[in-house]
Amino acid sequence: MNASDSEEDSYDERTALVPSENPVLPSYRPEPDLNPPLDPPTKRFGVSGRAGTAPVDGGGGGSDQEADVDEEELTLKYGAKHVIMLFIPVTLCMLVVVVTIKSVSFYTEKTNQTLIYTPFTENTASVGRRLLNSVLNTIIMISVIVVMTIFLVVLYKYRCYKFIHGWLILSSLMLLFWLSFMYLSEVFKTYNLAVDYPTVGVIIWNFGTVGMICIHWKGPLQLQQAYLILISALMALVFIKFLPEWSAWLILGAISVYDLVAVLSPKGPLRMLVETAQERNEPIFPALIYSSAMMWTVGMASPPEAQRSGQETDEEAEQSSRRAEPENRQSQLFPEDDLEEDRGVKLGLGDFIFYSVLVGKAAATGGDWNTTLACFVAILIGLCLTLLLLAIFKKALPALPISITFGLVFYFSTGFLVQPFMDNLAAHQFYI
Amino acid sequence: MTAAVFFGCTFIAFGPAIALFLFTIAREPLRVIFLIAGAFFWLVSLLLASLVWFISVQISNKDSAAQQKGLLIFGVVLSVLLQETFRFAYYKLLKKANEGLLTLSQEETMPISIRQLAYVSGLGFGFMSGAFSVVNILADSVGPGTIGIHGDSQHYFLSSAFMTMAIILLHMFWGVIFFDGCERQRWWAVAAVVVSHLVVSYLPEPAVRGQPGAHLRHPAGDGRLGLPHRRRLPEEPQALPHLQGHRLPACQPPAQITPRGTRSPARARTHTHTHTHTHTRSFPIHLLFKVNVFNLKAAGNSWK
Repeated sequence: MNASDSEEDSYDERTALVPSENPVLPSYRPEPDLNPPLDPPTKRFGVSGRAGTAPVDGGGGGSDQEADVDEEELTLKYGAKHVIMLFIPVTLCMLVVVVTIKSVSFYTEKTNQTLIYTPFTENTASVGRRLLNSVLNTIIMISVIVVMTIFLVVLYKYRCYKFIHGWLILSSLMLLFWLSFMYLSEVFKTYNLAVDYPTVGVIIWNFGTVGMICIHWKGPLQLQQAYLILISALMALVFIKFLPEWSAWLILGAISVYDLVAVLSPKGPLRMLVETAQERNEPIFPALIYSSAMMWTVGMASPPEAQRSGQETDEEAEQSSRRAEPENRQSQLFPEDDLEEDRGVKLGLGDFIFYSVLVGKAAATGGDWNTTLACFVAILIGLCLTLLLLAIFKKALPALPISITFGLVFYFSTGFLVQPFMDNLAAHQFYI
Repeated sequence: MTAAVFFGCTFIAFGPAIALFLFTIAREPLRVIFLIAGAFFWLVSLLLASLVWFISVQISNKDSAAQQKGLLIFGVVLSVLLQETFRFAYYKLLKKANEGLLTLSQEETMPISIRQLAYVSGLGFGFMSGAFSVVNILADSVGPGTIGIHGDSQHYFLSSAFMTMAIILLHMFWGVIFFDGCERQRWWAVAAVVVSHLVVSYLPEPAVRGQPGAHLRHPAGDGRLGLPHRRRLPEEPQALPHLQGHRLPACQPPAQITPRGTRSPARARTHTHTHTHTHTRSFPIHLLFKVNVFNLKAAGNSWK
């Protein structure tokens, strides 16, 4: 199956902006006089991430004054909790992907179908030719991502909000209905369960509709988090299935580099988006950012602007379409419990997807659990370091580079160096 | 049956460690982070040791089994020494981060004491060490196969699980003793940890040397234990040892599986008795063999 339009959309939405945006946003409040931290752009869903920064500065500054020191302390105090609040969903997403890869053989079957973004096949005779094809595939994929990101920046700059809205809705529709139907049917095939179409129709319809409501409108926090984890896992599975071997690794590496460039360099598209959103003081679209706020008030209407604090993430996502968090914040001037409510960290779904692609590929190739475990630990440590840097620098940072670098290093070294060593040790029953 | 073995061995190997984690570490985010950081440090030490071992194997004589064995022992010793070095490095890092943590928490005292850090870092080392040792064995225990069918020990899984549990708990204890020794400048305690680690790592070697049981003939596993190795297909029947007809009891042939059409048991029995040694690979033994290999092969095909 070549990528259909919807998949393209979804791909574009999910992945185009993913690398560039780094939705790792701590809920740290900056000092009023400090430069407002850039909201970490949501990786993929570009608009979502960016818009939140602008309001942050204005509102945050004013209210922050009295609670500056307290905020700092509390922020730092909860730093570790934020790390864990991101560890758990990332772990869950990777777990879903690994379990699926190991049990449902569909996602690891060799297929001649590829995404249209990777047209060059890797079934060539010579190694050099294969390498060349992989590099070309990577270049094409990264170019598509760059183009999509710039396109989104342009759209956002020229205020084509309806277009972006429609695009996001179309993408999540495709993910929630079509990809989950594909997944469910493969699971049924694996376990040889005969299920009739009406039942499957009812299941998919319910799953998809509740998902659309939770993600784009209002819903319980945990349900929304669960849906975001599931759609990230589905997208990662699609990548694992349709990206050729070497291209996948090269793409992972290239995307980390692009992420770094796009978020940190002054002319990077993501950075421009963040700045535009800051200038306009605008709320964010219901983008796909995973948010892990501690307290969640469901169903509160949110005024269009979120002026608020430096909690970029929380505010951004919340905005009009989402949850009530910003409201909460806006209403009070930081009594202690409100400060606690505001804490939450956000991570873009693109990060989830690429972490899971790395671990899933490690699980798929070689069938060796040591490699999978090593990549898993490496990614978690990378995420921890990224959050630490975030605490230090207090600005939007790319979440991919450190984790993916560690993941790649550990994948290749465990696969080639550690595995023979451990095999020999196990054979002689040495326990080191 | 295999599910029972899998779950049993998993809980034996990881039960105490997971209980420790759930009851003492899971609630505190800081401890979880340090646990995972400890696991990462162990992983890096293993990486370095594997690198050195790999290079030494590449430049050595691959045909000499004794040399390979010697290199492996060298690798074990090096790995143990590197692990303890990284434990020390982790200790230094944690000491340095003391001030940072104090600043972060804005409290007078550290949010986490050095003893708790010793415990969680030791447990982190243990988790990773245990997981790397046993998780592939556990994965193999789920799949189709019969452990010990070629004469090896049937207790391979169980002994591996117990050994893993011991190693995890030992790493935790070593972490505590090591950090305490470093804190109080008691270098004999540190030396005791290193020596006991070396002893434990080398311990199974003499015990298993004489036994054909637990010792895999081929390190990477070629189905000799009766398990399809996760990364390889089992060898063709011709490569497996020739079974003596008289060693297996005469059994009723599974008539429904014969590839040559059904034969009556009586005929098969005469077949076996009247033919010489070279014909012992006939029906039914041959079919048992074939069935077994077929299972292994099927499993191997679905394996990566």
